[in-house]
Parts: sequence; structure tokens; C-alpha cells
Amino acid sequence: MAVLEIQNVTKTFGSGSVRAVDDFSLTVGDGELVCLLGPSGSGKSTLLRMVGGFETPTGGSIRIDGDDVTKAPPEKRPTGMVFQSHALWTHMNVFKNLAFGLKLRRLPPEEIKRRVEAILELVGLPGYGTRLTHQLSGGQQQRVALARSLVLEPKILLLDEPFASLDQHLRERLREEVRDIQQRLKITTLFVTHGQDEALAMADRIVVMRDGKMEQVAAPDTLYREPQTPFVAGFIGTMNLAEGVVSDGTFTRGPFTMPVPVGDGAAILAVRPEALGLAPGGMGDIHRVTDFGTHGIVDVDLPDGFRFKAMVPEAREWKAGQKVDLKPRAFSAYRDNAVIYRSQAAS
Amino acid sequence: MSTLVDKRRIDWAGIAFAVVLTLVIIFPLIVVGTWAFANVWRYPAIIPQEFGLRYWGTTLSRQDVWTSITMSLSLSLMVTLLSCIICLPAAYAFARMSFPARNLLFFSFLAGQAFPKFGLLVAIAGIFLHLNLIGNFWGVVMIQLVGTLLYMIWIPVAAFQSVDRRMEEAARDVGASPFRVFWSITLPQAGPTIAAAVLLSFVGTFYETEGAWLIGAPAIRTMPVLMISFINNQPVIQYGAVLSVLLWIPSFFAILFARRVVNSSSFARGFGG
Ligand SMILES: Nc1ncnc2c1ncn2[C@@H]1O[C@H](COP(=O)(O)OP(=O)(O)OP(=O)(O)O)[C@@H](O)[C@H]1O
Ligand SMILES: [Mg+2]
Repeated sequence: MAVLEIQNVTKTFGSGSVRAVDDFSLTVGDGELVCLLGPSGSGKSTLLRMVGGFETPTGGSIRIDGDDVTKAPPEKRPTGMVFQSHALWTHMNVFKNLAFGLKLRRLPPEEIKRRVEAILELVGLPGYGTRLTHQLSGGQQQRVALARSLVLEPKILLLDEPFASLDQHLRERLREEVRDIQQRLKITTLFVTHGQDEALAMADRIVVMRDGKMEQVAAPDTLYREPQTPFVAGFIGTMNLAEGVVSDGTFTRGPFTMPVPVGDGAAILAVRPEALGLAPGGMGDIHRVTDFGTHGIVDVDLPDGFRFKAMVPEAREWKAGQKVDLKPRAFSAYRDNAVIYRSQAAS
Repeated sequence: MSTLVDKRRIDWAGIAFAVVLTLVIIFPLIVVGTWAFANVWRYPAIIPQEFGLRYWGTTLSRQDVWTSITMSLSLSLMVTLLSCIICLPAAYAFARMSFPARNLLFFSFLAGQAFPKFGLLVAIAGIFLHLNLIGNFWGVVMIQLVGTLLYMIWIPVAAFQSVDRRMEEAARDVGASPFRVFWSITLPQAGPTIAAAVLLSFVGTFYETEGAWLIGAPAIRTMPVLMISFINNQPVIQYGAVLSVLLWIPSFFAILFARRVVNSSSFARGFGG
């Protein structure tokens, strides 16, 4: 049972010139895994480090199970952090790495031994206690780092891009393992990543961050289907985001026009490649066709150079240089960084 | 076939290098070593007429030799100890904290090395004369302490800086206090490199002559100073030779110690920064 409440937290660096985290609020429920997703520099690590106690917020408060820990040092917090660079202590073997925190808690040696062995079992490294850290592969090191946090049974688990240095294959395997362990232990978790598939695969909820602010928080499926801002739309999956003008219910960008039932003014039209149909016509030129076997991706250029991506079931029907019309089957429209229209079945 | 020929080609540059090294380093060592064990060696013989330990006996029975050995050891130990006490906390501060005039202070430790050392020593000797520190144990300690600052600040600063901050944060995270982190993580991580610096400062102090001579004379005589005076003033070469062979002992032990305590890679890191 552990709830993390982040309230109006702000962090500025360098006499206020850099607002790394800006008035951020979030509540992570008991046993929930929330991913912080965002581009580089959006403040994800800073936020996580404030929860872990490695940075002090400039403003706002952080509570764990109702206890205010805003100013508590890391060693006084019930949080466990896994770092990107694993940060294992290279002068200790695996057992000592895992036992260090338990020793500080003055547990009896047999108890320490029992707990360390149990946690090694849990992360799939039984019998690895006597290994030195450099005798482990990258994936194993990261598992030990995870075990080092888990063995202390923290209320809140914090992970800062723990798999960033691993290859794609290993990353996918480890994230499934971590998700399994997290669900088995029902441990409240905050997970930083800038890989959207990682977030979509693991999270109960995803927070999209931009310039230190929360852009949107939602379950993965909602986030993909109902992005609240063009930024989120562009960040999750592939999205065609065409800026244009609406007048009398018609959206126009160069020769590309289509009916959009919103008021007059500038607007951004958002269409997923899989919702963009093509037909012979004259709006744009096919720049390239990429055949993936199961489907094809067609790049269509407008005369002003703007490029749409459309997914087609059969790539061989389309050729570079061909002139085509664009027929969105489902779309959204944004104005002033907010949704103003979503077509039925917008995907 | 051409590769075979290549492999067998004689490495003339390497041989020349080895020869020069032998002439410059090994040959003088052999000559001195031979002198130390020669009872009789008169011109023009290429090897001594009589080998033996006669001069070891006479040298080691001299009171001034023994006082100089104790003097050298206690000086080096005292200087190294004080240097650790002063420099290691300072190095940690330089590496980890930011305070006003940090860089200025940091480079001031180097300034002592930037000027011709002898000139500086003479100036200091002038001051020490007024303070009654000439010919005084603590006067020599102070002057030799200055000589160790370079190693004992720069190398440990590099060592502390190269400790991964994430490792320290991870230790805080599992519940260690800042002091415990320093003791259990930072120090062991920086340890081998710092050991290299301590060793360097001990050996460097042991062999230091200029300061010891200028400030210490005549009351304080270290082994190297005594050896120089033997070589300058004694008609018997063997005294100086025996003493210089004795002088090899600390550096020999230093190297042995270094190989045991410090693995070679981190030892090298100490010098590489
Ligand atoms: N110690 C610091 N001093 C000054 N500025 C900092 C500091 N730490 C972070 N910042 C700034 O705060 C902003 C957010 O940084 P942060 O590390 O939280 O980003 P991030 O989202 O984790 O990025 P990445 O995905 O690259 O890890 C950046 O502009 C960064 O330059
Ligand atoms: Mg980061």
C-alpha cells in the first residue's frame, strides 16, 4: 500500500533561468506503474530525482502515503532508484552490492543471506552472489541493480531509463520481466523512458512531458487514440500533422482540401498513416513507396514540400511520381494546442 | 612468404633503444653496485681485484649512517602523514565542492612547481633563518611538505572526480548517510589511485635532497645528503657506493608494495589523472 502524490512541483536550475520541471502534479496509485515519456530535456529525470531525494524541489510538495518527504534526504525515503548506468559498486561482488542496504538496517546475517538469495532468484540470477560486477553482462548488471533496490522492499520504485544502454532484443525481454516482477510485488512504480513502445508496453498510465510540464496523462490505448495536443499526437506513434486554414468548413493546405466542421481560422489536421487513404488525383506527388510485405508506406509530397505518410495494404499498386489525392478516413483537428474536432472512429 | 620475412626483420630501433637504456641506466647501476661489493679495485683492472663485504661493515658501523637512516625514515613518514591529513580532505573539497576562489586556490598549489625550485628554496631559507627553523626537523618537514602538495592534491582530486556520482547516489538511496557513502563507496573507489599518490610522496620525500640540505644542514642529515657528502669528501668510493645501494631499498620496497596493493591499471590511472 503506497501512494505517491506529487503536487505543483517546480524545479529551476541556475537562478531560475532553466525551468526543468514546471508546476507538475501527479498521483500514482498503489501498485500502479506510471511511465514518464518525453523528449530529451523535458524534465523526466529531474522529476524522478526529486521523488528519490537527489534534488530538492524549488516549489511544491511530494508525499508518500501521506508523509511529506519533500525535503527528506534519499536515505530517509522509502524509495528505491534504478539508474541508467546501473551504478553498481564495482569494488563489491554481487552479494555485497545487494547486502549493503540490509546491513545498514542492521539485519542479522542469516536474514540478509536469505533475502539476497530470494531476490537473486526473483531477478533470474540464482547463484550469482560471488560474481564481480564486471563479470556480468549488461543485462545481468541491470538486473542486479533492480534487485539492489527491490531487496529493501521500497514503497516506491523509481527507474530512470534502466534499459537505455541495452540492445533492442534484451530491452524487450527485460521490460517484460520488470513488468512481471512489478505486478507480482504490486509495487508502486515511476518509470522514465523516451521510448514510446516501452511506455506503451509497460505502463498502466503514461505521462507525456514537454518542457517540464505535463502535456497529457492517460492510459496507453487512450493516449494513442485520443491525444489531447498536437505534440502528444506527434510523439506517440506516427502522425501526419498538417498546418492549414479552415474557412466555411473546409480545411485547405495548397491543393489539399477536405471538409472539417469547425469554425474559421488556422488549424492543425492530424491523420494517422493507417487512416489516410489514397486515390488517383492531383493533390500531391508520390515521392517514394516502401514495401514492408504486409503493408506499404507511401510518402506523398504537397507542392509546398509538406510530406504525408500513408499506409496502404498493397504497395505494388503505387509508384513514385504518380499523382494522387489524399482521403483521410479518420482525423482530428487542433487549434491553440487543444483538440477542436475528432471525427468518428478517429484512430 | 613475405609475412614470414617481415616477422623476422630485425627491429633496429628497438635494439638501439635497449642499448641506450642499458648504457644510461643499467650500466651506472652495475658500476655502483660493483663498487659497493669491491674490497679492492685499482686502475686499470676491469673487474675488482677483490670482492667482499668489508666496506659494508665499515659503513654500517658508522654512527652518522644510522642517524641518517632513522632521520630519513622519520622525515618521510612524518611528511607523508601530514600531507595525507592536509591534502586528502582538501582534494575532496576541490573535487566535490564549489566555494569562492576555488580555482585560484587550486592553481596556487601548482605555483610552487612553476618557479625554479632552488630560488624558491633560498628565499624560504631566508625566512626560516629568522624563525629559527634552519637545521630543525620541523623546518625540513615543512619544506618537504610543500614538495608533496603537487602529487597529493592533483592525483587525489582526479581520483575523487572520477568516482561515479551515480554510485554514491545509489548508496544514499539504499540508506547510507553521506559519511557512510564516503567511507564505503568513495574511498574504496578512489583508494588505489590515492595509494599511488601516497607512495609517490613517500618515495619522493625520501630522495629529496635540495630542501633537506639547504634547510636541514648541518644538524639534519638525510641519507641522500650523507651520500652526497661521502661522494664529495671521502677518498674512498665504496662508502658512497654502499650508501647508494642502501638507498635503492626503499624504492624497491615501494615498487613491491605498489604491485601488491595497487593493481596496475588503477595505478596507471593515478598517473594519467
Ligand atoms: N544539475 C543541473 N543543472 C542545470 N540544469 C539542469 C541540471 N539537471 C538538469 N538540468 C536541465 O533541466 C532540463 C531537464 O533535464 P532532465 O535531465 O530532467 O531531462 P530528461 O527529460 O531526463 O532528458 P533525457 O531524456 O535526455 O534524460 C534540461 O534542460 C537540463 O539541461
Ligand atoms: Mg534523463
